[in-house]
Amino acid sequence: MSDVKVTIDGKEVEVPKGSTVLQAAHKIGIDIPTLCHLDLHDIKMVNKAASCRICVVEVEGRRNLAPACATPVFDGMVVRTNTIRVLNARRIVLELLLSDHPKDCLVCSKSGNCELQDLAERFGLRKVRFEGAQSTYRKDYSKTIIRDMDKCIMCRRCETMCNDVQTVGALSGINRGFNAVVAPAFEVNLEDSVCTHCGQCVAVCPVGALHEENMTWSVVQALADPDKVVIVQTAPAVRAALGEEFGLEPGTLVTGRMVAALRRLGFDYVFDTDFAADLTIMEEGAELLDRIKRYLDGDKTVKLPILTSCCPGWVNFIESQFQDLLDVPSSAKSPQQMFGSIAKSYFAEKLGIPREKMVVVSVMPCLAKKYEASREEFSVDGNPDVDISISTRELAHLIKKANINFNELEDEEFDLPLGESTGAAVIFGTTGGVIEAATRTAYELYTGETLEKVDFQQLRGMEGVRVATVKMGNLDLNIGIAHGLGNARKLLEEVKSGNPRNLHAIEIMACPGGCIGGGGQPYHHGNMEIIKKRAEAIYREDAGKPIRKSHENPVIKELYETYLGHPMSERAHHLLHTKYTPKDRV
Amino acid sequence: MGKIKSLEELKQLREQYKSKVDIREKGDQMEKMILVRVAMATCGIASGARDVMDAFIDEVANRKLDNVVVSQTGCMGYCYAEPTVEVTIPGKEPVVFGEVNKDRVKEIVDKYIIHGELLDGIIPVTHKTVDD
Amino acid sequence: MSRYKMHVLVCGGTGCVSSNSIQIVENLKKYLKENGIEDEVQVLKTGCFGFCEKGPIVKILPDNTFYVQVKPEDAEIIVKEHLIKGRKVERLLYKEPNTQTAIDDSKHMDFYKKQMRVALRNCGFIDPDNIEEYIARDGYQALGKALTEMTPEQVIEEVKKSGLRGRGGGGFPTGLKWEFAYKNKSDQKYVVCNADEGDPGAFMDRSILEGDPHSIVEAMAICGYAIGANKGLVYIRAEYPLAVKRLKKAIEDAREYGLLGKNILDTGFDFDIEIKYGAGAFVCGEETALIHSMEGERGEPTTKPPFPAESGYWGKPTNVNNVETFANIPVILLKGADWFSSIGTEKSKGTKVFALAGKINNVGLIEVPMGTTLREVIFDIGGGIKGGKKFKAVQTGGPSGGCLTEKDLDTPIDFDNLVAKGSMMGSGGMIVMDEDDCMPSVAKFYLEFTEDESCGKCTPCRIGTKRLSELLDKITKGQGTMEDLEMLKTLSETIKDTALCGLGQTAPNPVLSTIDTFWDEYVAHVKEHRCPAGQCSALLQYFILEEKCIGCTACSRVCPVGAISGKVKSTHVIDQDKCIKCGACYEKCKFSAIIKK
Repeated sequence: MSDVKVTIDGKEVEVPKGSTVLQAAHKIGIDIPTLCHLDLHDIKMVNKAASCRICVVEVEGRRNLAPACATPVFDGMVVRTNTIRVLNARRIVLELLLSDHPKDCLVCSKSGNCELQDLAERFGLRKVRFEGAQSTYRKDYSKTIIRDMDKCIMCRRCETMCNDVQTVGALSGINRGFNAVVAPAFEVNLEDSVCTHCGQCVAVCPVGALHEENMTWSVVQALADPDKVVIVQTAPAVRAALGEEFGLEPGTLVTGRMVAALRRLGFDYVFDTDFAADLTIMEEGAELLDRIKRYLDGDKTVKLPILTSCCPGWVNFIESQFQDLLDVPSSAKSPQQMFGSIAKSYFAEKLGIPREKMVVVSVMPCLAKKYEASREEFSVDGNPDVDISISTRELAHLIKKANINFNELEDEEFDLPLGESTGAAVIFGTTGGVIEAATRTAYELYTGETLEKVDFQQLRGMEGVRVATVKMGNLDLNIGIAHGLGNARKLLEEVKSGNPRNLHAIEIMACPGGCIGGGGQPYHHGNMEIIKKRAEAIYREDAGKPIRKSHENPVIKELYETYLGHPMSERAHHLLHTKYTPKDRV
Repeated sequence: MGKIKSLEELKQLREQYKSKVDIREKGDQMEKMILVRVAMATCGIASGARDVMDAFIDEVANRKLDNVVVSQTGCMGYCYAEPTVEVTIPGKEPVVFGEVNKDRVKEIVDKYIIHGELLDGIIPVTHKTVDD
Repeated sequence: MSRYKMHVLVCGGTGCVSSNSIQIVENLKKYLKENGIEDEVQVLKTGCFGFCEKGPIVKILPDNTFYVQVKPEDAEIIVKEHLIKGRKVERLLYKEPNTQTAIDDSKHMDFYKKQMRVALRNCGFIDPDNIEEYIARDGYQALGKALTEMTPEQVIEEVKKSGLRGRGGGGFPTGLKWEFAYKNKSDQKYVVCNADEGDPGAFMDRSILEGDPHSIVEAMAICGYAIGANKGLVYIRAEYPLAVKRLKKAIEDAREYGLLGKNILDTGFDFDIEIKYGAGAFVCGEETALIHSMEGERGEPTTKPPFPAESGYWGKPTNVNNVETFANIPVILLKGADWFSSIGTEKSKGTKVFALAGKINNVGLIEVPMGTTLREVIFDIGGGIKGGKKFKAVQTGGPSGGCLTEKDLDTPIDFDNLVAKGSMMGSGGMIVMDEDDCMPSVAKFYLEFTEDESCGKCTPCRIGTKRLSELLDKITKGQGTMEDLEMLKTLSETIKDTALCGLGQTAPNPVLSTIDTFWDEYVAHVKEHRCPAGQCSALLQYFILEEKCIGCTACSRVCPVGAISGKVKSTHVIDQDKCIKCGACYEKCKFSAIIKK
């Protein structure tokens, strides 16, 4: 597209036609403040509500002020971003927002991460000149997400994320005027809505209106209980992001320091969800090969493609929105739940303690994991396989609360046995990783040959929907990958309409980017680069691992030999597989 | 009603329907209209005012006089000369005709209304118009 | 075929229908039949006559008799006296408020003398449910002319040349709007009629739809031909059941006559219309919000560009005009752009319909040429201020318009003059205020309306209008400060400067247009805790005049809080601390001994 010439604050800049004033200003280092605006163009999430009016600028020849984020440039446009008219308007808009916002910043979950607070600081606001009515709404507590709409500033990012990107449709604007707010339909509780608990709304909320249920104190209490054996598992994506909470560069791997910190917190055993990821590959891979073999043998009843089932947000999505496809996903439990199940059976038996004496804590990049851990089917006589699930952000709080100087810690190793894992398990944390891990194992099991080159580049990347073919001997394995539920919907619709591309296996992750972009990760504040750096870190960790195929994990081998028998055995079915049930929600 | 197939057909329909709103159109432009008022009190009706009125209406319609309004009024006080008819041409004094019958209607229309010629049977105007 | 000698038109607009006008029609027919003249007199219900102050209206033609406040039982006397004997029913005739003289010809009524009915040409004239009457009034001739004799470009050119501007509030040139939609190529385009009339007190769009629905059907088809759309949508509020009913009937009849549907008049042009219902949100009058609402989304506006002409309904080029704008289109094509542009002022052509309301004698719907002065509208057509009180201000442009005062009375009304005076045309609401109206209270009233009707999307409108109305509330309660007055101004200007859509941008107009002119009145509330107009109940005090009080005790007996004390036959006193300012004593006193100040 042709370029247009624009003058902003006296500086000329040429930008492509169709650019916004905000983009043009950015190009010449003019940082117009924004609030509702959010541009995650790599995942096609652009919030263009233009509702907050913080970014207003003066455009020569225009009667009123223009929102920089939504005003396209034109040739010869003259813009001023810092006149007294603009500054006054911005200040009043900010004061208006603050006049209807709780002032409990000191104890707010977003304190320090709040974009509204940042603006007030940036503007040097010392007084809010307006008083008057305050919006008050019923707080909505779910097992994962808490909605505190008193704090909502109607930026609508959550709506864009939930409706446009995730296509879940749980949130929308309701009511008018001062009473306008974002809520589930009929103002039902989030738990009764179609919400998948993916937490992406929390990830983009600029204020404390949406945040997770904080479970850190329960962890502290468990650790303080002398009668309990408290073990922890950490998901692969956590190690690639936790450092950000301690000021480290995005993409810094902090696996060793994280293990050290967990040990200092007092966990009896510091294990790795990656172990369970390897186990998942054994079960899911076996299921995949089984279905393919039966299919090739002419069994018409076999369901293909097989869909991965590691992601709890995705499972919630299919249970409420694609109820006719419930027999398509793998029946394998997610790594978190496999871990809990094995910990409270195999490992508890090893320790010689009853499962009730054991507390399993999981550290997840995810909020839906909290919901998953609370599912009834993942408990035995009321005792859950995973007792407490906390997010990456919550772990950071725990570490800070315990006076641990994270950045000074020496690297430590996971405990054995459930801390042993392979490179295949690590890449579960990013989009395409699960299916790549499965392919590494399936290839060798199917062909009987050793896979020399384990990196399947064709499965990697950030495209929302990717399709690739992997040659496995005489079989061309067609693989589909989607991250973000909106993209998942596209592939599901394709499967529903007869699977025209003849896909054999599909990996789906609810969050854009996969778990590294999960709803429980440190806030990215709209910077997509952070998510990409986390992905790089994940692949780095994989490349540095001595073992990179799940079926070569020695502890996994031993587990099958001594306890489970073989993949999809009766015991494996009992402990490691699940069923999906339709969930009717609004 | 079938579908209208052309603008021509639509125009024909318009002409056909015009009479539906004719009285209203005329009332709307009363100041430009020649007003024919037939006295329709008991005395008038008894001596045939209704027929006279119908005759006027037919005559005006047949000759397509779209500047003539036929209306009724109460007793004008000339009971001896019923049926009576008052004709007002814009800008002129009203004229009252007495003992009007069907034939006289034709004559009044022909001579006075169309050509403005006076004719016999005019009652001397000592009266005021009905409105006053 | 029976030949009618007389036509009796009974107003069938919403206002008169709710005053039982349908029963009048029934009764008239009944008595005509009883007297054997049902073939001589045609009774029909029409659209609104505009003179709603005195409804139900019955008009008799050809003699232009105008009966007001007619009751169903009056039908008998109308038939027996007027229709049979030719004697007008004196007591039902309209009487001029000032002289009390009965007017026997509606042409002589001041209310109609200065009016010029273009958009309302058929309202109160034809039976809206009868397509034949519309055709008799040149109906669908303009469509026929456009389809057979004009290219789409020529139609657009004619509309451009006429100078017609949008009657819904914005005043954007209609022809230009059509041209934008025409120039955006697409496989599908839409014509949308905005019938989501939301200004309180304004009902011209409803009246047109109720009184002349075919004019809208015809105009939309013309627009469709001009911009290249074959689908029309009318977005109408579900609270307008009568308008919906008549419009539906009009659409069905037009289809039956082949004036909608496939291959209209054998020209190969297809066009059809669908009705979409709104829930009557004020903001849905904003075209982007309207389109979102039609798509089943939340009715809230989005930033323009993109304009609907580029990306509207389902992302397709869409032209949105309001009802009154469309109502002008057939006339423009038939009588020509030159005729239309000869009416009005330099930049505002044609006529405008206004809804007169408030402290004015002739409340109702009027249509005047652009350029008519406020004085003519209020004092000539409107009959002046009720009860002989003094004119104080007139609010034009609905809730987000502004107040114009004595000094603006001789301003010719057009789009630009009103804006220059700090108000706007809006959809044509005109609310007249007299000396008893307190301007801060008026501003508060309107702000409460916009505050409620704001969609809540953008900060300035969602929170800003709330804060404005809170400030005004404080001021009218005598609790305001001079800082509050300054903030009222500053905040108003900021909202105007930063709000996302027209609703928000104009919401502060009631403040901005009164605060300077009536600054003293605002200050009196703040500094003296006094309401000069005597309207703010929180600031009122009731007193008993010693010289007039005879000690009848009526006031003390009616006082609900026992604030009035005094012995029989001696002067009573009001305890100001106890008084709740309910005004009961004031109403009760027969001796004008109680005053409020």
